[in-house]
Amino acid sequence: MAAPTASQWIDACDRDDIDEEDVIRFDHDGRTFALYRSPDDAYFATDGLCTHEKVHLADGLVMDNIIECPKHNGRFDYRTGEAKGAPVCVNLRTYPVKVEDGRVWIGID
Amino acid sequence: MTGRMLIIGAGEAGARAAMALRENGFAGTVTIIGDEPHLPYERPPLSKSVLAAESEPAAPFIHTEARLAEQDIAIVHGTEATSIDRAGHTVTTANGAIFPYDRLLLATGAKARRLRLDGAGPDNVLYLRTFREALALRSRLMPGSRLVLIGGGFIGLELAAAARLRGCDVTVIEMAPRLLARAVPADMAARIAARHEAAGVRLILGAGIERIEGDITGHAVLLSDGERVPCDGIIAGIGAVPETELAEAAGLAIENGIKADERLQTSDPDIFAAGDCCSFPLALYGGRRIRLEAWRNAQDQGNHAARSMLGASEPYDAVPWFWSDQYDLTLQIAGLPDEGSETIIRDLGDSSEIRFRLAPDGRLLAASAIGPNGKIAKDIRLAEMMIARRAKPDRGALGDPNVKLKTLFLAPAGQS
Ligand SMILES: Cc1cc2nc3c(=O)[nH]c(=O)nc-3n(C[C@H](O)[C@H](O)[C@H](O)COP(=O)(O)OP(=O)(O)OC[C@H]3O[C@@H](n4cnc5c(N)ncnc54)[C@H](O)[C@@H]3O)c2cc1C
Ligand code: FES
Repeated sequence: MAAPTASQWIDACDRDDIDEEDVIRFDHDGRTFALYRSPDDAYFATDGLCTHEKVHLADGLVMDNIIECPKHNGRFDYRTGEAKGAPVCVNLRTYPVKVEDGRVWIGID
Repeated sequence: MTGRMLIIGAGEAGARAAMALRENGFAGTVTIIGDEPHLPYERPPLSKSVLAAESEPAAPFIHTEARLAEQDIAIVHGTEATSIDRAGHTVTTANGAIFPYDRLLLATGAKARRLRLDGAGPDNVLYLRTFREALALRSRLMPGSRLVLIGGGFIGLELAAAARLRGCDVTVIEMAPRLLARAVPADMAARIAARHEAAGVRLILGAGIERIEGDITGHAVLLSDGERVPCDGIIAGIGAVPETELAEAAGLAIENGIKADERLQTSDPDIFAAGDCCSFPLALYGGRRIRLEAWRNAQDQGNHAARSMLGASEPYDAVPWFWSDQYDLTLQIAGLPDEGSETIIRDLGDSSEIRFRLAPDGRLLAASAIGPNGKIAKDIRLAEMMIARRAKPDRGALGDPNVKLKTLFLAPAGQS
């Protein structure tokens, strides 16, 4: 998968706003995203809505590097956006994330 | 492995099984026979978004035509399989075509139970099982039109919510003294009832129906207590009956559905069953034989049957899981809520709650949750995983919303 590019960095939240191995919702400019913190304390971002029936992934469960959709438990690797099998077959878009001075920034095109 | 895999029923389980055959490396022919005119589609939206859609909805297809072609899965549409010749290993369809098979999967689903009442007929009572029926129903959901829903089960209640969203005047008539008597604990059902009443639905519970009246000028439902409920449309949602005719005629064992073993193999070793039509023993509940009418079960059993057809021997042991959406409320249930002897309630805030059912020895057997969309999903999913691993979570921690369920899940099974 091609690495996502950023044309604009947006300040999304404090790094402690996301628990370890968890996900939160972030909205910006009419778009919605999901921001993840992995068990090994890295941060990731994807589109907010599941590609199956457009339910928000921030209500889903993070286990290791997988986000499970709250609606039908469709699974994605949130680091790459890859759909991990039925019922989801379309990958999620991912966005670059950086942590600076305790803040989490998401790179949006 | 090569050979011929034939699937009867182009629904959730059949479509999933076909794809799973390929995902498991099967290289022979895969053919699905379906009596509906469309490609396989999802049924859950039929009583939700399809009815509520502003403009003419499209069928929510499970796979695109391109994906099926890419996987070399053949779908024979719009024709019913009418007989199975088990000795000859062939299936015949209504149009006279004959399909040979090495392994056969019956994924024939269920059909809406028909209302047996004086005056009830195809002209005045509608049902909801297929996309075609959903479209017909949707065209009746005009603002101000008066609808009577017979049956306070999931489909009837989801339909009531969708009809209210479209501005209909809705009455639900239920024979039992409360809604969702079989599937949902009483106070959760009371909460659902209150939500419907707040939305303006009239609920008539514990009602007997005398007969249906109706012609082109209008309909009415006549209740045993003498009340006459006039309306513009009557819809019955009184449950589903497993589609077993074909299996029965072929001499397969039937027991509240097509009888399968723990691998989903029927009484004929070359024939398997999956989805709403299939009754099977669930090891998680001591081998209790059940039949589930639930989307995830159809998916999981489609996957499992495909593997069994390819020779795998592991038993089907998925945790039953179901959801329903009504207005802003979502209900999710993991496990069999009629199991267990003790209930522990966890308040999730925002008027969401989850109820755990435990066995006398503390094993978690089921969890039911209700609340605004999304609030409950994580905890139900964790509960489901604990049920699967036969965990005995600490009772106090289960009921304490300050203890994250995930910490209980991560504790070793049996001693959290
Ligand atoms: C309106 C509605 C809403 C629902 N909502 C939910 C929900 O919110 N949550 C949930 O968990 N579950 C829900 N369900 C249940 C879920 O949709 C079913 O459990 C699932 O569709 C079962 O899949 P299946 O493949 O076993 O059967 P089906 O999807 O019914 O597919 C069976 C197919 O086989 C065809 N067939 C039957 N006999 C033959 C034959 N002889 N020859 C050829 N074709 C044949 C049928 O026409 C049908 O197309 C809902 C169901 C309905 C009807
Ligand atoms: S909406 Fe995400 S899996 Fe269905």
